[in-house]
Amino acid sequence: MAVAAARTLEDNRAVLVGTGLPIIAAMLAQKTHAPNLLIIFEAGGIGPRVPLLPVSVGDSRTFHRAVMATSMDYAMSIAQMGCIEYGFLGAAQIDCYGNINTTVIGEYDRPKARLPGSGGGNDAGSLCWKTIVLMQHDRRRFVQRLDFLTTPGYLSGPGKREETGLPAGTGPYRVVTQLAVMGFDDETKRMNILSLHPGVSVQDVKSNTGFDLLIPTTPKTTEIPTKRELQILRKVDPVRVVLR
Amino acid sequence: MEILSRGHGELLAWHDPDEQRQWIAQNKMRSLEDKRMTVAEAVSKFVPDGSYLASGGFGHVRVGMAAIYEIVRQKKSNLTMAGKTAVHDIDILVAAGCVDKVEVAYSFGHELRGLSPASRRAVEQGKVKVAGEISNAGFQWRFKAAAMGIPFIPTRVMLGSDTHAYSSAISVRDPFSGKPVCLVPACYPDVAVIHVHRCDKYGNAQIDGIVVEDLELARAARRLIITTERIVSGERIRKEPWRTSIPFFLVDAVIHVAYGCHPGNMPCLYYFDEDHMAEWLRLSRTNEGVSQYLENYVFGVDDFKGYLKRIGGAKKLKHLRDLERLRAKFRAPWAEVK
Repeated sequence: MAVAAARTLEDNRAVLVGTGLPIIAAMLAQKTHAPNLLIIFEAGGIGPRVPLLPVSVGDSRTFHRAVMATSMDYAMSIAQMGCIEYGFLGAAQIDCYGNINTTVIGEYDRPKARLPGSGGGNDAGSLCWKTIVLMQHDRRRFVQRLDFLTTPGYLSGPGKREETGLPAGTGPYRVVTQLAVMGFDDETKRMNILSLHPGVSVQDVKSNTGFDLLIPTTPKTTEIPTKRELQILRKVDPVRVVLR
Repeated sequence: MEILSRGHGELLAWHDPDEQRQWIAQNKMRSLEDKRMTVAEAVSKFVPDGSYLASGGFGHVRVGMAAIYEIVRQKKSNLTMAGKTAVHDIDILVAAGCVDKVEVAYSFGHELRGLSPASRRAVEQGKVKVAGEISNAGFQWRFKAAAMGIPFIPTRVMLGSDTHAYSSAISVRDPFSGKPVCLVPACYPDVAVIHVHRCDKYGNAQIDGIVVEDLELARAARRLIITTERIVSGERIRKEPWRTSIPFFLVDAVIHVAYGCHPGNMPCLYYFDEDHMAEWLRLSRTNEGVSQYLENYVFGVDDFKGYLKRIGGAKKLKHLRDLERLRAKFRAPWAEVK
């Protein structure tokens, strides 16, 4: 997953990263095909040379040898200004338009599970040009209808983001799971399969998705991680906090 | 302006801008006074029951844990907390029963360590009320509006989401572009606690590294408690006035607490104490465990110095300094247990 996620990031772009897998993917991208990837942390770390996995998106590793150590106001403002191409998000639930839930599972007032809330998720999903969601793929998570719409994807379809006032031309770009890499159909803005990971069938993905995924006639196969990518990942997360 | 949608979250800590100006004129002193006091005095004086409290830094990074523990020690109650980027600070206060209402941007989670067992449990059991939702930028910009002395500030976040619906934000049609914008109301916490690297006795404070939301929060809060790693002279501040993050006239109390952020990360000085965090996350899975933890580290010690002895003393603190300088090997015991 980390490798597939890293490969979605182009060089010479900026990415707003969150805890865990997103940072690892960004660090991997920076150490492989995107050496000039500008990593930005919402708490104010801009362009750090991250030495090892930070525990917090606001800890000292997030501005280690950075070009600038500033404020959340600054980081979020530059996202709002249009400076940040990618936003990396996690999610507890996602629907076919890439809307995501990180707030509650179940009823809002007496939830089955109270999750941490939006955090910087809604901000990244609203302001970055392209959002990339990293999450586990199963029926509990890929749902027909979210329990709570924390962060907007394409809302209810084409044109809806712009109608609500969200910045024009922004929206979900990729969803990376342990089964596949997904994108969004240009016309309908609905989630589609771009590539299946090796050994994963279309049926595997369908049976783990609670909505109708758009499936191409011949889905590609995700390229396997290279030895070098794996080596780098072991360096970046040496105590295996995130990588299994 | 045409109002497009109103969030139904509770509007907390908002004041009419003229009411706030009157309050500032009457209550914040512009004279240079020695504001040094003990953490016990500061909490007793400036954190009454029922306050809206905000913690500076980032949840477990550059947070005033000494003051947080003192709030628990003095058994403060009915506090509402700004769950802005709240992590360990809110987890302790909710578990201890001091905070019973939260405005949530990020709360009940311990970032990479996982969800916070105690504060999550409190919400799921109905012991803590979530007054409203908001995003990180939304909350940061609530403080910015307050810091600018204006009743709201327009943003482009939260539009179209349930986060907006459950917030106290109001969306309107922007008269310049004709597009909807999301207005977030100013937030004036009754009291904020901010931990800094250096401060003089008058309250002029310097922060190293990222300031997160503290430049705005320091202006937004009606009462401001500064805990500082070191006290420096006024002349040191005046030598390099561009390094001042918080000017004295915003500050009500100055407390010298070396290592005052433990078990959090104090950038440039010491990293997280992951063993201590793992102990808290393990114990806080049950109410008995919470009591045990608080008895050991809060009620069972007289002050923060006593606490530092309990968490491992000089040897532990050196290890945390080495970790910060990348000279010691990082371990994550809570990941190993998973």
